[in-house]
Amino acid sequence: MSDKRFQGYRGEGKAVLERYGVGVWSEVDVESTRGRFAGLILPRSETSDDKHVVLKLENGYNVGIAADSISNITEHGRREAHYKIPEKEFPTNPAKPHVTLFGTGGTIASRLDYRTGAVIPAFSPGELYGSVPELADLCNLRTEKLYGVFSENMGPEQYIRLAESIGEEIAKGVDGIVIGHGTDTMHHTSAILTFMVQDSPIPIVMVGSQRSSDRPSSDAAINLINAVKAAAEGDIAEVVVCMFGPTSDQYCLLHRGTRVRKMHSSYRSTFRTVGDIPLAMVDQEKITHLRDDYKRRRSDRSVKINTAFEEMVTILYYYPGMRPDVLDAIVDKGYRGLVIAGTGLGHVNKPVYPALKRAADKGMHVYMTVQTLWGYVQMYVYETGREIMELGVVPASNMLPEVAYMKLCWALGQTDDRDEVRRIMLTPIADETTEREPYNGYLIYQGAIPEVQEFLRTIKR
Amino acid sequence: MPFTFKPFHLMSPEDYAGIGLRCGLEVHRQLITRTKLFCRCPAGRYSKDYDAEILRHMRPTLSELGEYDGTALMEKKTRKNIHYRVHHGTVCTYEFDDTPPFFMADDALDAAIELALLLRLNLVSELHIARKQYLDGSIPTGFQRTTILGVNGWIPYKGRKIGIRQLGLEEDACREVSDIGHDRVYLTDRLGMPLVEPVTEPDMRTPQEAADVAQIIRKLCRSTGKVRTGIGTVRQDVNVSVKGGTRVEVKGVPQIWRIPRLVYNEARRQCALLHIRDELRRREISPETLEHRADEVTRIVAKTRYQPLRSAIEQGLRVKCVVLKGFAGLLNEETQEHTTFAKEFSDRVRVIACLTHLPNMAHSDTASESLYGRDWQKLGRRMSAGSNDALILVWGNEADTETACQEVVLRAREAATGVPSDTRQALKDGTNGFERVLPGADRMYPDTDLPPLAIPQDRVERIRKRLPEFVWDREARYRAMGLSDEMVEALSLSPRGELFSRLVDELGTDPTFAAVVTCQRMKAFRRSGLNPELLRDDEVMEVFKAYAHGRLAREGVVKVLRRTLETRTREPDREVMVADVLQALNAKPLSDEEMAAQVKAAVDRLDDHRFSTSAKRHRHLMGVLMNDLAGRADGGRVAQMVAVTLGTHGDCSASAEGRA
Repeated sequence: MSDKRFQGYRGEGKAVLERYGVGVWSEVDVESTRGRFAGLILPRSETSDDKHVVLKLENGYNVGIAADSISNITEHGRREAHYKIPEKEFPTNPAKPHVTLFGTGGTIASRLDYRTGAVIPAFSPGELYGSVPELADLCNLRTEKLYGVFSENMGPEQYIRLAESIGEEIAKGVDGIVIGHGTDTMHHTSAILTFMVQDSPIPIVMVGSQRSSDRPSSDAAINLINAVKAAAEGDIAEVVVCMFGPTSDQYCLLHRGTRVRKMHSSYRSTFRTVGDIPLAMVDQEKITHLRDDYKRRRSDRSVKINTAFEEMVTILYYYPGMRPDVLDAIVDKGYRGLVIAGTGLGHVNKPVYPALKRAADKGMHVYMTVQTLWGYVQMYVYETGREIMELGVVPASNMLPEVAYMKLCWALGQTDDRDEVRRIMLTPIADETTEREPYNGYLIYQGAIPEVQEFLRTIKR
Repeated sequence: MPFTFKPFHLMSPEDYAGIGLRCGLEVHRQLITRTKLFCRCPAGRYSKDYDAEILRHMRPTLSELGEYDGTALMEKKTRKNIHYRVHHGTVCTYEFDDTPPFFMADDALDAAIELALLLRLNLVSELHIARKQYLDGSIPTGFQRTTILGVNGWIPYKGRKIGIRQLGLEEDACREVSDIGHDRVYLTDRLGMPLVEPVTEPDMRTPQEAADVAQIIRKLCRSTGKVRTGIGTVRQDVNVSVKGGTRVEVKGVPQIWRIPRLVYNEARRQCALLHIRDELRRREISPETLEHRADEVTRIVAKTRYQPLRSAIEQGLRVKCVVLKGFAGLLNEETQEHTTFAKEFSDRVRVIACLTHLPNMAHSDTASESLYGRDWQKLGRRMSAGSNDALILVWGNEADTETACQEVVLRAREAATGVPSDTRQALKDGTNGFERVLPGADRMYPDTDLPPLAIPQDRVERIRKRLPEFVWDREARYRAMGLSDEMVEALSLSPRGELFSRLVDELGTDPTFAAVVTCQRMKAFRRSGLNPELLRDDEVMEVFKAYAHGRLAREGVVKVLRRTLETRTREPDREVMVADVLQALNAKPLSDEEMAAQVKAAVDRLDDHRFSTSAKRHRHLMGVLMNDLAGRADGGRVAQMVAVTLGTHGDCSASAEGRA
């Protein structure tokens, strides 16, 4: 008997199935000390215990029967489920733009996995189209699955291949690129792609979903439709993130890849442009630009791909009472770059100073960002800031910590020269540092305040 | 031949047996819990106020086994904007699907296990949460989190067993505020409340049996003391089928007394639809051979005098006409009381095409009530329809009238098949209307947000130990004690049932007196603003013990209880014991000598000249005395003593009754 017959079962659960000669997808009657149950034996999640057998009852409900309560199982048939999205061939229309959709995984393309009982990224982008036929109104779509990983498993290897694949697609002459990506680290990927792929002639739009596509309330379809629209018809030839704007089903926002951040663990409107305003709003009817300082779409095919990446870089999130040995350990492990997320305007405590000095002496590149996320590093205001700079720490303006991390990886992948690294870090490519923060770039409304409540009551947020 | 059906009051059980009526019930009942089922929002707080509105749309998804559900596809056609009203006091980000679920509320699960045991179900060992899709928007996630605790139970009824198919535990949905055109508005306060849902087998054979069994389930639920009562806390769905018909679910019946007429009308509707199908067959119309044509006719009817159509045209809306070949005369067939077959079409057009402004349809079988004959003639010519054909007009915008025409044809095709599988809405007049296509097992999907939850045997045993007596056994016992029907019903649903038994068994209290105090008095306390739950059963026992041992007059029992509650309600910080109240009231029964002395003193204080008759004097005296002696002496005894003292023995005792 193959493992498939007992998919996910082990221990007592598997033993009882073996004892009565039944397996997964057997239609059975079970007799137990808690009575009789009739249904279809389903695979068991591998992370669940080994003491229960899962049945799908006639009414569609699943239930677990304790293995040690079972006194008999009789099989009277077999019925295997095949989970399949209706796959249709994408219609081609020469008049419509050509878009390439890269799949990397994440919940925009996911389905149920019986083995783990969890949602896994398993829809091929082709199947994805089967469930979102609206895409055909926008473009001719080509799909390519690069990876099937959760976004936390994205890393340098994936970034580099993605950047190279984008370069190849641009050379082929596509009109826009969409990248399906898990949301957790989407802003990390959008940042590094901004550095690795420069002066693209076409939009490169990252998209994901906060509710998997197996839910009727999923934001996957609407995000994908809007992302494809931005890629096919949009004028913004930059790396952007396209995700739900308000918590209501109304429009998506296009965020610049270096200023965007996931700000809530579960809200669908989780992505926010930090310290600035988004580029545009997109819905199925139109793209509404919110600013005009973006790079325009071009008809040429030139693009700069630079996939340099140094992995020995890390982030240190400062906390009061931090001891210098943490920093010493990082230095001793051979790290070449460090981004500190400091308090307030960019501070760490005095006991860490000697370790900072030692790091600088060993040639480490240390950059200061702020854990407040909004606002600039300003190390001149207080004496302590000036002392820290004297220890070789470079203030990174209003660069977000994760963006500074990605950029330092990229910079150190190109050179070890202190001044050159510093020049790369502090010369903005796409607003990772900005010269000014607009008055409406920092908006975290506080609930319960009358005018905010009034706003919430009248505006579908 | 037109279809006929006996009126409701003339239908006998034999008549129902003749049409092969079968009924089943699904009863949804809210539980008394601290929080909602899957989040920590407070349970049972309802308010129409709201702080914010959220807009969502629903999209059908595939089932676990890879199928699209029919209901899901129907809702997709309606293209509704769903507006949710949220209030910060009743809803958190879980309800509107921006936070994953928390673990299931333990108190809800315990209550559901208790009910599962009372329904004699085979308990499952491990709960798996399922997502049951609802694309009408009544739940922002698009699905209800639901699970079943057991299958294959039964309850006794008239010497037979009514099968209980399953018991579910699930979250309640939103309350609908309005549904006009493409906009549906919901209140979210009730969303996520824990519900138990016992489902019976289709074992009831008459409308009355369905109501009787609903009563038994109601009492069984209430006997646990763990279900909410009152408007909106319970909703019955009735499943009805007749021989040759289909299982149809009549949803959301708020009161049990409405069930019989609803069942009657649904049975009648199915018989009528079967009759129409047979007639269509006679006319050689089948789902495959059905001929139809639809076209825009706005110009043809531009000058109509039929007001609804006229104003639609004035608003720039379009009018479309569907010809159903060979359907002439059928649309006027009665399907339910005061309802014709035409309503089956009008309902679909309203629900699916969102043409919600009524009337939303006109048809050629009721020519005189809508358009003039000459309008119909023009339409008939334009659509090449003959006298055997039916014409149906709908009006609205382009997209909606397109959907409406398709739905009309779909419904006509179903008519040639028989009774469609619908979920229908219970209406106040006892009839029902289309709500949605009956969903199948395809809308179930395992919830991947929560792991399975084992129900270990010790948890079951702990609950089994404190299981209430079966409510029907309890009722039989109370009846045998000679209690009135009203008292039997009240007591068998009272959480003080065990207290009552102890009062009667351990202390020998008169059952009626014990029932009056444990049920009626407790209710009266609540009505007067006191919380009777502040009195523990053993405290009530203590008071009755004092009465049984002659330390407290019968009248004093209620007085002590009330005084204790009053103090606890007014001064929640003060720890007041029943014993203290007993002592303070000094409600020990008066001896004859003590009472004689009291009466004499009162008589001495009396100003005789104030009273024109001895009866009035007697009444005044009783008033004064009972005020002084309340709780220490029986009114009858006092009256007698007064009569003796005044020398008017026997003439006024009646007036003293009932003052205790």
